[in-house]
Amino acid sequence: MRSLALWRAAGLAVLLAVVALVPLAGNVQLTQVGVLVLLYVGAAVAWNIFSGFTGYISLGAAVFFGVGVYTVALITQHQSLVGGVVFALFPLGGLVAAVVAVPFGLVALRVRRHTFVVVTIAVFFIFQLMASNFSWTGGVAGIIPPFLNWDQATVYNPFYYTAMLIAVVAAVLAWAIWGSRFGLQLRAIRDDEDRARGLGVKTMRVKLTAFVISGFIIGMLGGLYFYFQSDALPQYAFNPFFDLTIALMAFIGGFGTLSGPIFGALLLEPYLGWAQQQVTNTYVAQVVLGVLFLIVIIFLPRGILPTVGEKLTAINAGRQRRATERASGPPPGLPIGAATAGSSPEPTTRSAS
Amino acid sequence: MGTFLRALTDGVLEGGVYGLMAVGLTLIFGVLDIINIAQGIMVILGAYLSFVLWTHLHIDVFVGLLITIPAMFILGVVVQYLFIRPLRGRERTSMSLIACYAVAIIIEGILYQIFGSNYQSMNTYWTSPQAEFHVFGYYLPYIYVLGFALAVVFVAAIYFMLYRTQFGRSVRATMQDHTAARLVGIDVNRVAALTFGIGVGVTAAGGMVYGELNSFNPNTGYDLISRLLAIVILGGMGSIAGALGSAVFVITLASMVDVYWNPEWSTVVLYGAVVLVLVFRPQGLFGRREARAQ
Repeated sequence: MRSLALWRAAGLAVLLAVVALVPLAGNVQLTQVGVLVLLYVGAAVAWNIFSGFTGYISLGAAVFFGVGVYTVALITQHQSLVGGVVFALFPLGGLVAAVVAVPFGLVALRVRRHTFVVVTIAVFFIFQLMASNFSWTGGVAGIIPPFLNWDQATVYNPFYYTAMLIAVVAAVLAWAIWGSRFGLQLRAIRDDEDRARGLGVKTMRVKLTAFVISGFIIGMLGGLYFYFQSDALPQYAFNPFFDLTIALMAFIGGFGTLSGPIFGALLLEPYLGWAQQQVTNTYVAQVVLGVLFLIVIIFLPRGILPTVGEKLTAINAGRQRRATERASGPPPGLPIGAATAGSSPEPTTRSAS
Repeated sequence: MGTFLRALTDGVLEGGVYGLMAVGLTLIFGVLDIINIAQGIMVILGAYLSFVLWTHLHIDVFVGLLITIPAMFILGVVVQYLFIRPLRGRERTSMSLIACYAVAIIIEGILYQIFGSNYQSMNTYWTSPQAEFHVFGYYLPYIYVLGFALAVVFVAAIYFMLYRTQFGRSVRATMQDHTAARLVGIDVNRVAALTFGIGVGVTAAGGMVYGELNSFNPNTGYDLISRLLAIVILGGMGSIAGALGSAVFVITLASMVDVYWNPEWSTVVLYGAVVLVLVFRPQGLFGRREARAQ
């Protein structure tokens, strides 16, 4: 097992190195797509910290994203900041989003399952409509950031590395939470909330904490998006597709696992980015996406990574069993199942993969 | 007074149509324990079907229902059979949401491909200026009244089906307890497929009236499904009377805000009312607490 962990660490290091080298290729478009991919990796991981771990499917993550966008937009509008200092504003966007997450969570987390999903959708629409109806948000015309007089060739590099930093921090945070007492409480809520409460988990406080953490990260990404996209428009800052996309990324990769959302985002966002550039047949791309989802749901119902992991475990177990059978043969007088039971790992355990 | 009456009539009549669409959604939820996210785009699909029958074959939209309702019913049964039935296990709820969403974006993509993103109006006799009558000092189009009547007829038919037929008994039994229903010999899979079909089938009627009242494009489905979900949750999930009542309540409220304050804020008030009610009554206005165990 030790060597496996080493391999894993090495693989992770190589992946990070490759990701870090992408902007050095000097291809502006590639970097631009890369920023979005990393942004979605961070958002999907952050979404998963709350929704994946607790099982509460939130379709209100775009509220945090939009709040982050508008926080940074309004600050820069009134202070007209330029230069590298704008990057210091992103945590502020996260902070405001986290503050918004508290009342949002206190209302929404009182209900469960389907009702929770719908309450998050309702809150999302309230925010979107407020953004387009108030005058101080710029209404439907939105807010445009001050012109950043940066070198065109490398303009996206700072965004790229900031997005990468946020994504890595989010992933490390998710990993730290997963194994912690807090993470165990979250997963207990996911398995059986009433029993968890019976065993002394302060469910509301725990859920709300995860909700706020996830909101903080997504809010920061919103702040970044404002400068990256150079506008704050109600329909893009509070975008229903954003919610659905990160949820689908987590589901496709593996809902509630650590690497699932990262994998899903790396897989899906390049396709979505490409599909958006196909002006002539965007809709065909959309239909293809829907068909892909259905295929994943029918054949890989728990997401790609967990299902593939299970298959691999099963194959390995079968190989091991055959090997032991060849080596010794089943002992006489014992049923085959009894002889092999010890050598095959439990197929049903859920691994963090 | 005239303004008030107008807002009230508009709200109640249009609320009835929303009620019909919401009843389909809540029926599906009650029996299958899933949210059909695709209900919104299916309403729009129903509207487009009526539109196509009218423009190409000159079949009146009301007569066209004889074709569109069975078509949507079959679509529902097929979707349930292919994509909802195979889902099992702990992640069933979440996966069914994703499956319905996938169906929705496929339908949406196809509609965009065929009809484009331009807003479409029906342009039938019912939307013309002749088709209205004078009441309370203003002109009320016939379609408002006919649409409401249609909704009432369909909801009454669903009620009759649920409470006066053998099939309805099995549906209600399945709503109460899946396992027990199976134990007494109800073919739960068949009930689920037919219920999904009925829930989707009524969108054909709802969509036709919706299309007569509003202009629409494939993107309208998102706005619709959010409203329908808000209505269904407010009424209490799985409660048919609740869905109807809250549809009329919410749409009348929005119509009042429309008239007395500002159309731009009516939708905010709609969602705000839903969130506010759920703070005090998490089970909705008419729902029972923990009406349905996991």
